[in-house]
Amino acid sequence: MTSVQTKLYSDDASLVVVLIDVNPYFWATAASGVGGGVNHSSATIPFAKFLNSMIAFLNSLTLLNQSNQVVLIATGINSCGYIYDSGTKGSEGSGKVMEVSSEILRRLEEFVDRDKKLGKLQGMAVGSNVSSLVSGSLSLALCYIQRVFRSGAIHPQPRILCLQASPDGPEQYVAIMNAIFSAQRSMVPIDSCVVGMQNSAFLQQASYITGGVYLKPPQLDGLFEYLASVFATDLQSRNFLHLPKPAGVDFRASCFCHKKTIDMGYVCSVCLSIFCKHHKKCSTCGSEFNHVPQNPNSASNLKS
Amino acid sequence: MQTSGPNRDRSINLSGSFFGLLIWRHLDCSGCFSFSREALLRLDRPKERLFSSPVRLRPARRKHRIRLLFPDESALQYPKPEAFCNSIPTWEMASINIAAKYKISLKEPGIAGVLRMAEERFTFTPHDPRSDPKFDGPFRGVKAHKFSKDGSKQALLNIQLHEGGAYIFDFESFSERNVCRDFVGRVLAKLQSVAPAKVDKAVPNKTAPSVSGEQLSAMEMERRMKLLREDSELQKLHKQFVMTGILTESEFWATRKNLLDDAVHNLTKQRTGFKSSMLADIRPSIDGRSNKVHFNLTAEIIDQIFAEKPAVHRAFLEFVPNKMSAKDFWKKYCEADLLHKTKNVVAAAAEAAEDEELAMFLKRDDILANEVRQKIKRVDPTLDMEADQADDYLHLPGHGILHGGRKDTSDAENELSRRTLSQDLNRHAAVVLEGRTLDVESGDIMAVAEAHVMSKKGSSIETSDKSENQERQEKACRMTELEDLQGPRRLPYASLCIKDPRDYFDSQQANALNSLGDNGVGFTSIDNSLSLEESYTYLIKQISEAKVKGHIDIVEPDVALKVLDGLNNHLSSTKHHIVKNPLVSVLDRLPVAIKDELMDHWTLIQELLRHFWSSYPITTGYLYNKVLRIKEAMAQIYHKLQEIKESVHSDCRHLVFLLVQPMLQALDAAFAQYEADDQKRSAKGAKPNGFFKQG
Ligand SMILES: [Zn+2]
Ligand SMILES: [Zn+2]
Repeated sequence: MTSVQTKLYSDDASLVVVLIDVNPYFWATAASGVGGGVNHSSATIPFAKFLNSMIAFLNSLTLLNQSNQVVLIATGINSCGYIYDSGTKGSEGSGKVMEVSSEILRRLEEFVDRDKKLGKLQGMAVGSNVSSLVSGSLSLALCYIQRVFRSGAIHPQPRILCLQASPDGPEQYVAIMNAIFSAQRSMVPIDSCVVGMQNSAFLQQASYITGGVYLKPPQLDGLFEYLASVFATDLQSRNFLHLPKPAGVDFRASCFCHKKTIDMGYVCSVCLSIFCKHHKKCSTCGSEFNHVPQNPNSASNLKS
Repeated sequence: MQTSGPNRDRSINLSGSFFGLLIWRHLDCSGCFSFSREALLRLDRPKERLFSSPVRLRPARRKHRIRLLFPDESALQYPKPEAFCNSIPTWEMASINIAAKYKISLKEPGIAGVLRMAEERFTFTPHDPRSDPKFDGPFRGVKAHKFSKDGSKQALLNIQLHEGGAYIFDFESFSERNVCRDFVGRVLAKLQSVAPAKVDKAVPNKTAPSVSGEQLSAMEMERRMKLLREDSELQKLHKQFVMTGILTESEFWATRKNLLDDAVHNLTKQRTGFKSSMLADIRPSIDGRSNKVHFNLTAEIIDQIFAEKPAVHRAFLEFVPNKMSAKDFWKKYCEADLLHKTKNVVAAAAEAAEDEELAMFLKRDDILANEVRQKIKRVDPTLDMEADQADDYLHLPGHGILHGGRKDTSDAENELSRRTLSQDLNRHAAVVLEGRTLDVESGDIMAVAEAHVMSKKGSSIETSDKSENQERQEKACRMTELEDLQGPRRLPYASLCIKDPRDYFDSQQANALNSLGDNGVGFTSIDNSLSLEESYTYLIKQISEAKVKGHIDIVEPDVALKVLDGLNNHLSSTKHHIVKNPLVSVLDRLPVAIKDELMDHWTLIQELLRHFWSSYPITTGYLYNKVLRIKEAMAQIYHKLQEIKESVHSDCRHLVFLLVQPMLQALDAAFAQYEADDQKRSAKGAKPNGFFKQG
């Protein structure tokens, strides 16, 4: 065991974990134009172009500072996996852009293959809405950041960039929120760049809670420019820059029963579900509430 | 029986089913007046007038009416039947009669009768004269009183006696019980304040807030005054509401019990610990002319010497005062100390050979050595000795410890001196951490020495040794355990059962997306016309295309310009969009004066609203009056807010509007509640004496 050394805290060194959405349904559908993009050229982007923009962005990140570290994680529909880590290359790989690019693409191919096989193994019965496992890749990213914190000589400034394309997977709510909160606790901002057709409620919250940047580029063919001008800024520089901020996020809750926005309501003490009126039983977790709440109006009616 | 100051309010809660007579006595004149419950009154008359002149109170012939006769023969009539006596200044309740059931135990039905309370004693007379428990007890014998919570099953009052045992009374309503409860409380407070006579100075402080209803001890008063002094915001509120009579003193403090409680806790005197500087710092002052060396030992230093050097303490107990005086003892100690400091080993040895007592100080402390040996046994075997290796600052220049009166940068010349330095350091650290268990203010060295004996008895090491040993072994086992040799350790937990986490998402998504201007267009699930196989094939194909294409076309000048333009426009538009920025920045945009004024109003409104809403439902006339008072105060503030809104400069009118609007809304809600309640009240038909009958 090495004796504990004081780590070098550096403002300049960034650790950027980039999560890319490798949802086959989304990319294939978007390309075939069935997804209903009216303005096809700017509403969607072919996967190849997406990849090239992203790889160019990764390269420019490593060029910004030699102690920057970039990690790429792919988010599939059956699995998530590490694709690339600039830190493991040492110094020799950093200069050769083409090598990096071809390695990323090769590993991505392997990943897609593996993801496909996994799907067959599990017998993908689900046909309709297949969402990418964002919660999984967020967790991988957070774990990786923790590992970097605990090893190496430099303590870099960490952040996560989530390049999401496919719509949110509501079934991952709890897992994603947990990941967001742990990112908040470990002070890791989650930047979000939505390249899909619709905004992501998850990422909006993630960026809001962790203090990251949320952006849905209106001009997708200029994806690289967005990445380079908004998401390349390190955390130190963000103090002095004016980055795009959502015009205000409405996080008011709506009730689970009618989905209408409420200011005041009943909250299940077990699972925190929200209801607009008192229920005997929680529809989410099945807890039974036996206590009838004290309503001041009814109480005064009982009197006299 | 002296009351404190002239500005005393008396507030009583009365309920509809009041029984018997209330007898009031004016404290300044000796006459007693009585009036029946129909003649309860409300005094709208400015208080000052009542204070300044004795008043005769006489029930008018006609019902619901009362006349106040002033010495100058001016009279006031109070014809309002719905109002009743809420705050009669300077009147002291002399006795009350209230119907109650006396219970020997809680379970019993109890015996109906009349409970009469007077200044000196309380008596209970059963309705049925043949019934047994007719008693008469002095309040002097009462230790304390307890009561059931308002709104609980029974309205109980439990009067506990010094000699053990208690009287339990069951009342028909809580308000009746509260009258008795408050009465007992007042009498007891009075008795207690009389007992330690002269302590109570009655605080005739001019800045003192007027004390209402409750009898406050001087200490309680002091506490409140202190809180007000320390918190200017609180003081402002107090001045605004209590001084102007909108809230009574007790109402004001009732919502701030936690503050008062904290103040009580802070009263317990905190003892300071040992100084963190080391003992070695008692440096002698050397007189240049004579060859004398002066040591200055204070009681505090001696206390520290006793704590850090148990052998010296033992010697002190042994020798003083039988063998030598305390002065001689410390002289010897200092001599030894000086020898030690100068590191004159030869001289020390020679002196020690001659002087038995001096030798004792030069020896190593055997008690400490023993303790250290014990401690080493208890060191955690898994302790990582390397962990602080890098923390050794001694080798750095400019670091060092004042030890033995001079800067002692690590002179490795003498192994022994280094060891004792680290030992001294550790010992000192241990003593500082242990803390002081006794006061040394007395300055009596003998007492200090004795106290150390006592404190040592308490903290013997051996007592806890056995269990600690066990614990240590378990810990060692845990630390050295090989994980893969153990079965999986499962913590018992109840897993959260959630049928469909999608609900959580749905409950947020709509709002979140709306705010971004996504009005559901394209919010359909991914079209599934493509098979999974095809989709994967597309991905692979695209990846190979990416390989071929490379980064040739990623930056297109016209697109880049568009993106930059778009971003810039977006940024500049959100920057100047005031409404959507958080409220904090709105406040900062305002001129300081307006901001402060608004914030002041807001704190006032909050305080008033808190009192207003906590008064509902209105069950007693007291609450009725309180609400009335508060409502008027709120109306004033409302008016002021309106004025601000209109008078403000047009530059920040919109901002002010944004801030004032929620305040007005909060007030409007309160007024609406007041109106609704008032209508309900009049629809039901108010009772003649102005409050509802319960039950
Ligand atoms: Zn509902
Ligand atoms: Zn629930």
